[in-house]
Amino acid sequence: MHLIALHDIAHARTGDKGNHANISLIAYRAEDYPLLEQEVTAEKVAEWFSARQPTSVRRYLLPGLWAMNFVLDNVLDGGVNDSLNLDMHGKSLSFHLLAMRVPSPRQSPTEDSP
Amino acid sequence: MSSIAIGCGAGFSGDRLDAALPVVRTLIARGGPGALMFENLAERTLAHQQLARRNRPESGYEPLLEGELTPVLGLCMEHGIPIVGNFGAANPQGAAQAILALARALGLPRPRIAIVSGDDLSSPMGRDLVREHIGHTFDDEHFVCANAYLGAFEIAQALRQGAQVVVTGRVADPALTLGPAIAHHGWGPTDWDALAGATMAGHLLECGAQVTGGYFADPGRKEVPGLDNVGFPIADIEADGGCTISKADHTGGLVDCRTVKEQLLYEVHDPSRYITPDVVADITRCRVDQVGPDRVRLSGVRGHPRTATLKVLAYFDGGWLGEAEISYAGAHAEARARLAMDVMRKRLGHQLPLRFDLVGCMSILGDDRGRLLQALPAGQAQDVRLRVAGRHVSQEMVDLLIREVTALWTGGPAGGGGVRVAKRQRLSQMDCLVPREQIVARLEFL
Repeated sequence: MHLIALHDIAHARTGDKGNHANISLIAYRAEDYPLLEQEVTAEKVAEWFSARQPTSVRRYLLPGLWAMNFVLDNVLDGGVNDSLNLDMHGKSLSFHLLAMRVPSPRQSPTEDSP
Repeated sequence: MSSIAIGCGAGFSGDRLDAALPVVRTLIARGGPGALMFENLAERTLAHQQLARRNRPESGYEPLLEGELTPVLGLCMEHGIPIVGNFGAANPQGAAQAILALARALGLPRPRIAIVSGDDLSSPMGRDLVREHIGHTFDDEHFVCANAYLGAFEIAQALRQGAQVVVTGRVADPALTLGPAIAHHGWGPTDWDALAGATMAGHLLECGAQVTGGYFADPGRKEVPGLDNVGFPIADIEADGGCTISKADHTGGLVDCRTVKEQLLYEVHDPSRYITPDVVADITRCRVDQVGPDRVRLSGVRGHPRTATLKVLAYFDGGWLGEAEISYAGAHAEARARLAMDVMRKRLGHQLPLRFDLVGCMSILGDDRGRLLQALPAGQAQDVRLRVAGRHVSQEMVDLLIREVTALWTGGPAGGGGVRVAKRQRLSQMDCLVPREQIVARLEFL
């Protein structure tokens, strides 16, 4: 078993509402969606974003779109009006999610894990 | 009944002014019924316009309104393409007058302009209503404004009465698309599935290029042709609310299932309950299919009855934000930037809440308390920019922050350069839900 970056099999986009962010995670191919569903759980996403201290992470499944939607509550330091972050909307968070690595049963298109 | 083609001319306040004309030309070339919408009001934009109007009572609407409409107003009037926009912001009357003046200046006939209002709850009576629903945390002293999100039916009514331009303040963003679709297809207020389908079409259009290859390119993974000339979207909305997304002819960009899925989920929380003033949309069983080059069909969106309440956003004076930056390069750059950060922390840290970033090492992923940056081992980065940001109720404290970073020119570590400073007024936001019968949308013609 080796690791692949989500970036190799999925794309993503962040949106913000107040102090909450949503991040879509969409498989490029239908056959990779089950891996996302199995490996990219709300718990793992909460851990991955722990530096931003979300108070909760919810995951919604959209298998017909090969997609999942994560909602990270209170993750934006007050959001667009209050945050001191350069990226006050949290728009760059989607590519942080894509940097997450998950175990994959198949060969990665780019690289193997050490 | 035939479908209606609704084009998007802007996805936020400050969007590209050359985007709308290719959309209008495409609508004309296709020849069927059409409409053009402009979305100009992000969450905070309206509050900033309220502040602008306090200083200049004739302002308060979209500052780029004339630039947006000049290239397209005459063409749209000539070809029977109505324009719908929330460019009224905090002053829909002012925007309507400006459009009238623009038409006169362009030598056009007088356009029939409708104004949808009633969203503004900043009057003493409106404020009482909002206070009642926000509760004891409502801050009277710092109150700036409150606006309700209105729906699409007043826009539809305006169009049915022959409006050539519909000016709104705060309406739900998808209502700018849903309104023309309702007027065209004659849907009633309980045609939930159709309303939901057209609402999601509006959701796909409301951020302009974000569905046509903008905000999408990722070299090596997601290539977008002609991103420098990305075309803006058009939705063909059918009688059952299904839609096909395409884009302006002879432009760059891309419409495929990936661009549509990303935008479909943008700013959505629970996909089975996307709540808008007119309907609760459910996209959990929808389909997204490529039906041609740069053409994607969205179908199977279901609608549930609208909620009994409307969402209201209230804004309050939130003091000041100040930020200042200085760069260090070459040998020992990171060590010198870190020393500068330490100096700022010692001189300012006890006086106001601060955030530090070392651009080039860590600047985005950490939270405002900086724990991630503190945990980052010192490295050997050779191109580092220290950013200090702080907030305070008093402008003087933010000015102090800016002076202190500027003083690193002469009193900080060696070789600092490129100081830039900025400050701006902050707005804090609260929201609440208000029973819809307590908010009355109004429609009038200029």
